[in-house]
Amino acid sequence: MIKSSRSSTVSRRGVLFMGGVTLSGAAVALLAERPALAAKHAGGQSAQKDAAVINTALALEYEGINAYTLGAQSNLLDKSTLAVAVKFQDDHKAHRDRLLAVLQTLGATPVKEKSLAEYAEELEVGKLKTQADVLNFAAGLERGAVNAYLGIIPSFADHALAKLSGQLAADETVHFAILNNALGRPLPAAFAFGV
Amino acid sequence: MKRTTWFGVATFCAVTVAFATSHGAARAGDNEKGKALYESRCTSCHSLDHSRIGPAHRGVFGRRVAQAGGFDYSPALRRSHIVWDAKTLDRWLTNPERLIPGQKMGYSVSDPQDRADIIAFLESAEAR
Repeated sequence: MIKSSRSSTVSRRGVLFMGGVTLSGAAVALLAERPALAAKHAGGQSAQKDAAVINTALALEYEGINAYTLGAQSNLLDKSTLAVAVKFQDDHKAHRDRLLAVLQTLGATPVKEKSLAEYAEELEVGKLKTQADVLNFAAGLERGAVNAYLGIIPSFADHALAKLSGQLAADETVHFAILNNALGRPLPAAFAFGV
Repeated sequence: MKRTTWFGVATFCAVTVAFATSHGAARAGDNEKGKALYESRCTSCHSLDHSRIGPAHRGVFGRRVAQAGGFDYSPALRRSHIVWDAKTLDRWLTNPERLIPGQKMGYSVSDPQDRADIIAFLESAEAR
């Protein structure tokens, strides 16, 4: 049985009147599910710093989504590999949506997604010539994302956002492990990430 | 007598190195280790030749802050006049927010030798 770890240390009423901040109905609903986030919402500077880091994470997810699109459009992937790539891309879209919701709650402006052509140039996807190249490319991005999400955990003032970053890192680790296995590489050693 | 002199010189050097290290002087970095560290820790956001989630790094050593093309720097970095060298990069990687408050990078490198290795790699990536 899976238990929820939610706790309600900040009341809905408390959230509504904290620091004189007026929130929309949607924001209240979102904050009511995340007490720690709600507390920081009134914190001003801490929330701004957290939002800047979340925006970096959003940029990372945009890049991941587009990287999988570019991989899929390369016509280098066989049918079963393509299905896995699409599943991973769906995960990144779910991450994007969660991060956008957090930014909305924090009142921050989300970073904009670039064009597919811009991602193609920045990621140098023209160099990919085989399915193994694409898998290696994706594994590198996923490994980088794991390390990035683990690395930013200490920077959050809000522990709920630190936990979210840990959840994102866990998803990316699953992606990396599967890609790593598909490439026929040995399993990573203990403590291979975030060091 | 001669032995005493050499002992004195060695002691002076050891004390000087210890003092310099504890006061932020640059450690010797390993370029190859730095390359591996850069690839595992930095390339999720950065690359040498393309500004992505973070700015491009080629030629960063010796360059003033916020000069990479194609990157939308924070106002805090655009206002800064810091020049990237071993010392400023070490302070940046230790705690970016402490060096330039208001910047956007939420990542830091806690191990001094890892920082030195990454900095050695960045120094080797000269502008084309």
